[in-house]
Amino acid sequence: MTELALKGAPVDRARLLRLLQDYGVYAGVAVLLLVNIALTPHFLSTENFRTQAVQVAPVLIVALGMALAIGSEGVDLSVGSVMALSTSLLSLYLGYGPWVALIVAMLGGAVIGLANGSLIAFIGVQPIVATLALMVAGRGIALVLLPQLKDVRDPGMSSLGSGDLFGVPYLVLIAAALAIAVGFTVKRTTFGRQLLAIGDSRPAAQLAGLPVRRVLILVYVIAGVLAAIAGVLATARLQASDPTSLGTLMELSAITAVVVGGTPLSGGRIRIGGTVAGAVLIQLLTATLIKHDLPPSWTQIAQAVVIVLAVYAARERGKR
Amino acid sequence: MTHTHTERPARATGTGPSPGKDPSDEAPLGASRAERLSALAQQHGALVTLLLVAIGASIGFDTFLTGDNLENMAVSSAFLAIVALGMTFVIITGGIDLSVGSLFALGGVLGAWGSQYGTLVALLLPLAVCGLIGLVNGLLIAKARLAPFIVTLAAMLAARGILLAITDEGSNTYLVDEKSFFASLGQEKLLGVGVPVWITAALFVAGAVMLRRSRFGQYVYAVGGNEDAAALMGAPVARTKIAVYTVSGLCAGLAGALNAAWLVSGVTILGTGMELEAIAAVVIGGTLLTGGFGFISGSLVGVLLLKVIQNVINQIGSLDSAYQQVVSGAFLAVVVIAQTWLGRRRRMM
Repeated sequence: MTELALKGAPVDRARLLRLLQDYGVYAGVAVLLLVNIALTPHFLSTENFRTQAVQVAPVLIVALGMALAIGSEGVDLSVGSVMALSTSLLSLYLGYGPWVALIVAMLGGAVIGLANGSLIAFIGVQPIVATLALMVAGRGIALVLLPQLKDVRDPGMSSLGSGDLFGVPYLVLIAAALAIAVGFTVKRTTFGRQLLAIGDSRPAAQLAGLPVRRVLILVYVIAGVLAAIAGVLATARLQASDPTSLGTLMELSAITAVVVGGTPLSGGRIRIGGTVAGAVLIQLLTATLIKHDLPPSWTQIAQAVVIVLAVYAARERGKR
Repeated sequence: MTHTHTERPARATGTGPSPGKDPSDEAPLGASRAERLSALAQQHGALVTLLLVAIGASIGFDTFLTGDNLENMAVSSAFLAIVALGMTFVIITGGIDLSVGSLFALGGVLGAWGSQYGTLVALLLPLAVCGLIGLVNGLLIAKARLAPFIVTLAAMLAARGILLAITDEGSNTYLVDEKSFFASLGQEKLLGVGVPVWITAALFVAGAVMLRRSRFGQYVYAVGGNEDAAALMGAPVARTKIAVYTVSGLCAGLAGALNAAWLVSGVTILGTGMELEAIAAVVIGGTLLTGGFGFISGSLVGVLLLKVIQNVINQIGSLDSAYQQVVSGAFLAVVVIAQTWLGRRRRMM
């Protein structure tokens, strides 16, 4: 299907585009690393790498779920609100112990995902609209549950947020494990293959007898649970629940990471390695601009330019 | 009855091998009435709901039908309505514009800053900048063929960035001179009704005429209905798309400037989530997100419905404003579900 789009273009140009799309994000990360090593003082310190990695972890976890949604030719705009909901639930149930709170927070994400998936799979609402509705409602529910910022004082949570194993922070380990798990799911499981087939062409998948509805619902439930996990980890790191601002614009960063990483918005293809690199790229870009005393507004503009460039580079393949 | 039809993928999506004419799909005589009814529900469902909610609110709260409350609701609806007007054009072409909230805030700040050089600058500067960003959106969508939601998402980010840059990272608020003509555009009343409401009404009349009576309006519907068919019939698809995103940018910028005149300052934190409200209003008003079908008056009803619901929630003092978001989101979901069902029924018959 994707090869068809390139028919007629000279082979070299096609190959070049494909290389750019597949490996451009790694090249971008490498360039940013080199620039920082050359120009930023104290960049090559363990402490700095640790900070960067801890900051990228929640974005990456959300982006993994987003990659699944985009691979199914959908999108999930509700992830930021799910993070807010999970931080509210976590605070409310922390009295029953951290594990109970964690499970309730993840269940909250699963319920929002189930609602998204049902609207999309059973009723046929466009993903962007269905998840938009839950984006609005989700943050509302989070704020109804916990109207303002609340400190999280729990030894379990603070060790989750700042502890490490052999010098690698728990947050990074969890993000890495989830990335491997999602990558494996996409590449090696029946669910992964069915998901990509649906993303490629939903009518064809339906005619082929694939369980389209079940797969789509599962995609959004997984995306919801991953966003909830990201919310819990962000709460553990900040040691506070802030449903007003936690996760705002997260959907944007996650979509950027996925798209910059080479996953086409038209579905049918998912690159988890690229998504990881995409999340790292955004983080490095932000860190580079901030380290050189450029104001945060520049980061937003830079991120916007990166999104447009990445989508532009991917468009030859995205077009059917 | 409906599910048995929707189980058939080829029919529901309109692609794949044609199953041929199924006798059960032939509309019996009574079906035309059902078709008319579902069309009516799709077109006027929002208006009926608005009337019901308003009647309920005026019975439940003595303060609802007072002049002050109505006037306040009308003025605060005006800004969202102007944004929704531009959004309606975009959505009828099958696109979406997520940048309007940021452009609204940017327009407000530019208008407030420009007001020190006179009303003309205060109005033209936001229109020029926001219109230009809308034009860039349109060019990227129509010429470079990028997905509308991703382009306008990037524009949302970029516009917010520009806003932060010109306000010293949001710490600088520009004030409007309360005695200037620009401030009177937001504050004065004409026949007891705020000037923003009159401007909004004029814009809606102009927008409706443009959509229904002009060639451009025909192109907007044609592009949203079927882009390839529109191109084959000779409609300027790219130019139409560029135009609608520019119109949307202009509307958001103007709404922001008028809002700044009303508040007599350019507030930097405004506009977040406004794109959602505008989209919700347009969709609640009966415009299909798939494009090709919709009307301006519906969007106005959608805005009023959202504002009345907000007002009711505010009047129930014990309810937190967070409930507004829950209710708006649930409302959007219900309307979209109803629309999808009604739309499917109509296609079936």
